[in-house]
Amino acid sequence: MSELLQFLVSGLTVGAIYAAIALGFTLIYNASGVVNFAQGEFVVIGGMTAAALIGAGVPVWIAAPLAVVAGMLVGVALYRAAIRPAREAPLVSLIIITIGASIFLRGAMQAVFDKQIHRYDGFSGDAPLRVGGATILPQSLWIIGGSIAVFAFLAWFLNRTRAGRGIKATASNRMAAALVGINTGRAMNLSFALSAAIGALAGVLATPVTFTSYDVGVLMALKGFSATMLGGVGSPLGALAGGLLIGLIEAMTAGYISSDYKDASAFVVILLVLFLRPQGLFGARITERV
Amino acid sequence: MTRQAVAAGISALALLAGAPALAEIRIGASLAITGPAAFLGDPEAKTLEMLVEELNASGGINGEEVELIVYDDGADPNKARTFATRLIEEDEVVAVIGGSSTGATMAMAPLFADYEIPFISLAGAVVIIDPVQEFVFKTPHTDRMACEKIFADITSRGLSRVGLISGTGGFGASMREQCLSVAEASGVEIVADESYGGSDSDMTPQLTNIAATDGIEAIVNPGFGQGPAVVTRNYAQLGLDLPFYQSHGVASDEFIKLAGDSANGVRLPATPLLIPDQLAEDDVQRQPVQDYIAAYEEAYGEKPSTFGGYAYDAFHLLVDAIERAGSTDPVEIRDALEATEGHAGVTGVYSFSPEDHMGLDLSAFRILEIEDGGWTPVEQ
Repeated sequence: MSELLQFLVSGLTVGAIYAAIALGFTLIYNASGVVNFAQGEFVVIGGMTAAALIGAGVPVWIAAPLAVVAGMLVGVALYRAAIRPAREAPLVSLIIITIGASIFLRGAMQAVFDKQIHRYDGFSGDAPLRVGGATILPQSLWIIGGSIAVFAFLAWFLNRTRAGRGIKATASNRMAAALVGINTGRAMNLSFALSAAIGALAGVLATPVTFTSYDVGVLMALKGFSATMLGGVGSPLGALAGGLLIGLIEAMTAGYISSDYKDASAFVVILLVLFLRPQGLFGARITERV
Repeated sequence: MTRQAVAAGISALALLAGAPALAEIRIGASLAITGPAAFLGDPEAKTLEMLVEELNASGGINGEEVELIVYDDGADPNKARTFATRLIEEDEVVAVIGGSSTGATMAMAPLFADYEIPFISLAGAVVIIDPVQEFVFKTPHTDRMACEKIFADITSRGLSRVGLISGTGGFGASMREQCLSVAEASGVEIVADESYGGSDSDMTPQLTNIAATDGIEAIVNPGFGQGPAVVTRNYAQLGLDLPFYQSHGVASDEFIKLAGDSANGVRLPATPLLIPDQLAEDDVQRQPVQDYIAAYEEAYGEKPSTFGGYAYDAFHLLVDAIERAGSTDPVEIRDALEATEGHAGVTGVYSFSPEDHMGLDLSAFRILEIEDGGWTPVEQ
């Protein structure tokens, strides 16, 4: 019984990290239809910036928000420098641009930071808490709490605010949105800024558990993207559920079957879901009129 | 007149003065200075450049200046092979050091037999020297030896039932195989065998399973990079108290920094480079280890790594062989290299023979235990 509890704790911790990354994907997709493959790089920028600041003696409660702001600024710069000039290009081109941006950012991070692996202490210390027969790190609670908070914020923002609805309208039909008076450029700008901030926040929260280095972004993005696909592209609830589900499947497989099949079993479940429900668990069925 | 112009003038004069008088010994190197294996190639290249400068300042080899030609192969086997060909054919080197990775090394290796040029690899795998190739040598110990050393320490504590948790990357997978193959001969039994991916962030399920295995007595973690630090933290999180072993792949201060307090009590096999001040006065490796650390810190302002140590040993072995050969003929250098006997380096004491082109035995590894964030040698 305590084993099952330990596997659950492990799965939720890892799953919450995937979910936080997936939520970043969701926002940009909602605004532009673009899958931003540089999303993993924002996670790394958050983690590396926080690690560098904390290493320089800045208290964590200042370093963490600064790292999120740094990620947000890079997100805006990415939009202005690379995406906006090509906004008339087809979607595929924009997605390829984000792949290029991810390679560029990875190179830049080697120069700005270094090639070492970094971590800093958990926000509430590193002494494990005992729950039943299992142990959980206080930082895991921060990660799980952070993901849920981001999800709640996004659900509220996209459905209940003018700016959020503007973003959704822009994605649905940019020309129509512009015609009814929505500033589509600003909506795009906002979505890049927010999703970069979400990515950076995921990095800041996860680094004490996962560690970070300039090159982990790709794998982070891959897991986050899988979570997005599983949950349904564009749905914040789907991103949260998809992330947690993948984390749990991995932990249960490693615990009860074999750690060798951990990654494979997660992908088998994703494939099954996509065969049976191509729009993902919580995705809306998309119909395109020609 | 600018300084460059002066320099240009002087070199022109030097050329006019007659090139043959400045005969040079050319040594080549192809290393992964950038790319995924940059953590290997970067300190290796820095070490070689530092050593050449030092050697020339003290008069070179038998009065002849040494020139080092370094290429960056980025751990790409294709590039490595191209650079090796260029080093041999165009740069006309007498010997080549390099191949930071096993892949690059194996791609280059066949060339050296064709051209009869000695080659010292800085990569880990057993395949480089088993079977022995006439012109191919290597300085790092193998992962098989690391397993044997760890198992010897486990059995000396009266334990035998071991659980493995290995990274699935090249290093972890290869060492896992070696550990499985030497387990029986070393007197231990592998009772659990788990794995994890290189970027995984939580290994508590695997550790929970290992800890629940019947009669488990010790845990060994072959792996590289951040994985072993995560495993060590998870191990402490679960409150396990089985003897816990890491591999030589994480034998660096960096590992202690990442694993924090969780690392206390962890044992691993490592080179004496980590414990320069704790080596006995009469230890033959004391002098080279302290020399290397002092020179590297002065040149680059940081501590040298184990990997730089492989390059340090390769260079000194080569210089020693050229001096003893008294010639710059590659075949004579190779013969002198193979005759190396009791050469004390920073990694270990090398004695090459026609059957052994690595020249190290288990004594090259020291078992260290992490105590209060520092390394303590375990008495054997």
